[in-house]
Amino acid sequence: QDSQEKDKSIPPERAEEAKLKAKYPNLGQRPGGSDFLMKRLQKGQKYFDSGDYNMAKAKMKNKQLPSAGPDKNLVTGDHIPTPQDLPQRKSSLVTSKLAG
Amino acid sequence: FLGAGGGNDIQWCFSQVKGAVDDDVAEADIISTVEFNHSGELLATGDKGGRVVIFQQEQENKTQSHSRGEYNVYSTFQSHEPEFDYLKSLEIEEKINKIRWLPQKNAAQFLLSTNDKTIKLWKISERDKRPEGYNLKEEDGRYRDPTTVTTLRVPVFRPMDLMVEASPRRIFANAHTYHINSISINSDYETYLSADDLRINLWHLEITDRSFNIVDIKPANMEELTEVITAAEFHPNSCSTFVYSSSKGTIRLCDMRASALCDRHSKLFEEPEDPSNRSFFSEIISSISDVKFSHSGRYMMTRDYLSVKIWDLNMENRPVETYQVHEYLRSKLCSLYENDCIFDKFECCWNGSDRQVKFLSLCTSDLSNIVMTGSYNNFFRMFDRNTKRDITLEASRENNKPRTVLKPRKVCASGKRKKDEISVDSLDFNKKILHTAWHPKENIIAVATTNNLYIFQDKMN
Repeated sequence: QDSQEKDKSIPPERAEEAKLKAKYPNLGQRPGGSDFLMKRLQKGQKYFDSGDYNMAKAKMKNKQLPSAGPDKNLVTGDHIPTPQDLPQRKSSLVTSKLAG
Repeated sequence: FLGAGGGNDIQWCFSQVKGAVDDDVAEADIISTVEFNHSGELLATGDKGGRVVIFQQEQENKTQSHSRGEYNVYSTFQSHEPEFDYLKSLEIEEKINKIRWLPQKNAAQFLLSTNDKTIKLWKISERDKRPEGYNLKEEDGRYRDPTTVTTLRVPVFRPMDLMVEASPRRIFANAHTYHINSISINSDYETYLSADDLRINLWHLEITDRSFNIVDIKPANMEELTEVITAAEFHPNSCSTFVYSSSKGTIRLCDMRASALCDRHSKLFEEPEDPSNRSFFSEIISSISDVKFSHSGRYMMTRDYLSVKIWDLNMENRPVETYQVHEYLRSKLCSLYENDCIFDKFECCWNGSDRQVKFLSLCTSDLSNIVMTGSYNNFFRMFDRNTKRDITLEASRENNKPRTVLKPRKVCASGKRKKDEISVDSLDFNKKILHTAWHPKENIIAVATTNNLYIFQDKMN
């Protein structure tokens, strides 16, 4: 069958690449790698700007800073993230189950 | 013995499994590193929750000649805690990226553990006696009324139940802007290196307020960034030599005697790529996730997404051997990219250097003749360099009875699936074995699944 012959001549990696580009036509022209490097370097970055926060606090003076709504992960618009908004990182107080 | 047939002639049997049975895995329980100490008596694990658990091998029971000592919990402690860097808006994970043991110098044991930013030197010591008979204190610590003291006695040490204590002796902090991926202790046993995405630092184990930068690949303009450091290791014998691998599949060997800043490599190991084979995935799957020197230091092994390569330090232009770990995944790269599995970082390890082989070996080979690495579906693979045979085994609680030889597994890449084979589409990509370790002297291996630690031994007669 025609398509079977085609498959034989296209290396599997190229076939997979074609599949990916068909799904995501806007995928970067740069070879996969460069975009991921930046993402890798920025791992762990959250959106909290201490400068913005302190300036907003100063402006507001005695007023309360608006806190994030029920969805704490959605921080957009004029809202200035506060330390309270950031997901709390609890340390593991429980012993590892490997030691159980 | 080990040397005769190699990987396939070792008959691996299930020995122990540690960890919770339930499928609901808490993130903190995800094992992130496994490492035997230099004698193999201790086995350390680190997890995503920043905890370290150390197991100790039981003394061999002469009457139980059918198995080597079991590993039981020796010590457990919280090594790192989560932090938030408000200045850089950076969340610092407590996950233990690597543990490296120091060789034992006295009664205590020492190890280095690191998360993304901070390395710590931990002392693990035993206490099996305590002083009793103080003059001024009761046994529970309360101070006695001095007027009731009418005689003097010398406190004596009396045996107590063994207590194992872990204490942080050094904290090596604030030297890494990027995320630490490797630590490696020098053969001088006085210094060690730590590597992050763009820089490598050299430390002295006694000094925490100073660190020397020995590699810096950060470009002046970050837009020009094309590769990052993925792993680094000191040479086992030459204290001025180390290697580091990159996200582009290259390895650079550096000599610290050449200059203070080793930005210019002494050797560059790179396999030429056929440009006609290049695809969107090429660079991603060529990224090296682990590099390990062989026991002699003559060879090194690298792990990229689909293969393990053995390099001869005397030959830079191509590896001397390449072993395919799971080549059938090449036709699944699109979905592996979509589910992020293509970025999984598999480690690799050599067999231990068996005492028998040292004395009886007739060949010039290195003692490093078996390679072990993990895959998906809780499979792990071993390759024998001498016989060129390989085997796939599974770490699973089912069908694992002590002293029963593990059944080899086979993945059916295409065509008709035979009985007992598993098809590529049935593989569970959430069950990954990223971390494995081989006892330095015996045929005992530790294999970490997501949250369980398996110990396998060879079948003894």
